[in-house]
Amino acid sequence: MRNSTKMIILTVFAVIFCALYLFYGLNGSFDYALPRRGIKVIAMVLTGVAIAYSTVVFQTITHNRILTPSIMGLDSLYLLLQTVLIFFLGSSHITIVNRHVNFILSVSAMILFALILYRFLFKRGGQPIYFLLLVGIIVGTFFGSISTFLQVLIDPNEFLRVQDKMFASFNNVSGELVWWALGIVVLTFIVGWKSFNDLDVLSLGRDTAINLGVSYDRVVKTMLVISAVLISVSTALVGPITFFGLIVANLSYQFFKTYKHKVLIAGASVMSVIALVGGQWIVERVFTFSTTLSVIINFVGGVYFIYLLLKESRSS
Amino acid sequence: MIQVRELSKFYGKKAVVEKVNVNIHRGKITSFIGPNGAGKSTLLSMVSRLLDADTGEVLVDNDHVHKMKSNEFSKRVSILKQSNFMNVRLTIRELVSFGRFPYSRGKLNAEDIRIVEQAMDYMGLMDMQYEYMDELSGGQRQRAFIAMVIAQDTDYILLDEPLNNLDMKHSVQIMKILRRLVDDLGKTVVIVLHDINFASVYSDRIVALKNGRVVKDGQTEEIINSDALKQIYDMDIPIKRMNNCNICVYFNS
Repeated sequence: MRNSTKMIILTVFAVIFCALYLFYGLNGSFDYALPRRGIKVIAMVLTGVAIAYSTVVFQTITHNRILTPSIMGLDSLYLLLQTVLIFFLGSSHITIVNRHVNFILSVSAMILFALILYRFLFKRGGQPIYFLLLVGIIVGTFFGSISTFLQVLIDPNEFLRVQDKMFASFNNVSGELVWWALGIVVLTFIVGWKSFNDLDVLSLGRDTAINLGVSYDRVVKTMLVISAVLISVSTALVGPITFFGLIVANLSYQFFKTYKHKVLIAGASVMSVIALVGGQWIVERVFTFSTTLSVIINFVGGVYFIYLLLKESRSS
Repeated sequence: MIQVRELSKFYGKKAVVEKVNVNIHRGKITSFIGPNGAGKSTLLSMVSRLLDADTGEVLVDNDHVHKMKSNEFSKRVSILKQSNFMNVRLTIRELVSFGRFPYSRGKLNAEDIRIVEQAMDYMGLMDMQYEYMDELSGGQRQRAFIAMVIAQDTDYILLDEPLNNLDMKHSVQIMKILRRLVDDLGKTVVIVLHDINFASVYSDRIVALKNGRVVKDGQTEEIINSDALKQIYDMDIPIKRMNNCNICVYFNS
């Protein structure tokens, strides 16, 4: 089967699921339910695309197929920020209640953190990628520990608000923020577009990429910033869900069997949309909200992760 | 001509390459030889801008390496390192097509495809072009990578120990191809070698390094003699003349 055929089939599935989500059981409630569902669908599509894009790119520049950008510690920072805000300012403070303020605050904190981290690491020269990952893991664990510490001390009622933030949810996405996020995601595609071919060469390794005339450092830096921005936006919009990227990126490699990033990113994005919209529909209609999508994603993702580990260890 | 001027590289305080001055002449095979840790690979990496030098400069036909755009440089000098890690599964044809990346940025035109096929033909890979790289033997893999470099169509081709892990037959095959690249197509080849007999038989010039410095630099005949080799390797190496070649008999010296 040709890759374009595969892409068309996937896209058809994605559209079917979106339509199903939008119109199933609508009972003529076009004015009330449809716009609300529409916002949720857009939020899911955006999150799916952002996570797929950032994970594929991140795995290419780190030459590792079982990493996700969450290793940079961005979602730990998000949780820490939310915990600190609720702990010190209380859950009724404007930074928590007003979603716009919370969104802007979270996105800028995460992007700022990523930029400081990169700036600090790239100043040292050499090959900073693995050092970056190491620092990311340590800083992420540190943020996580502080969050846990504060969560132990916090008032139990306030803790419920923290817990709310700990899992990704598409149920309370604000309409206006979706448009902001859409703008940012489109921007990352405009910036990244002309480097997609360079990424194809990057999967041959650093030395070969430089030999073939790719400005290695520039491409890696641009792509790291892009994936940090994407992760920040999707996390601030719906909560931490980056583990999900691991599944769709690897499914895309397996399904399309190509080195072309335009195909891989598009494929992973469409698969994310299918999984998120389809999954959310099942959660809402079949499980009638008795569980959340991120629980299912983490369960399926965990099983798939173990499969990948076993497969990688067999092949080497 | 590639001119290397006062090139140094330090790891901490230890100089791996120290104030190296070398000229690499056009249309010749130049071999870098020397004991382990002499700085041969490091020197080659700096010449090909894979590694930044701490001091000194490299000029390719009178242009500074670091002032050139990476893409322009890759049309004039190519480098093949000893280990080629890949994250993707590619066929030989796909890999060789990557050699055209500096020209095509990923979109091959008819001319690119002709050059890719020519390169595969040159390396005798045409009948296995759709086989996957991870299913090939070491010699076939190495030939595929050299085909990629040939498709890159640069005047200068730098190779870091291309004979590593290859048996005699494949080593000879590769050295003969390199010789043809120089004699038939007018390329300039620079190669890091461990086996001095390959250097003796196939190269025009030899640069010998030791402890990060150039100890000998000249025509092959000037270097392959017992006195010079004693200086480079600290070994007494008798030279025997066979089939018009100087062979170093170092196995029991």
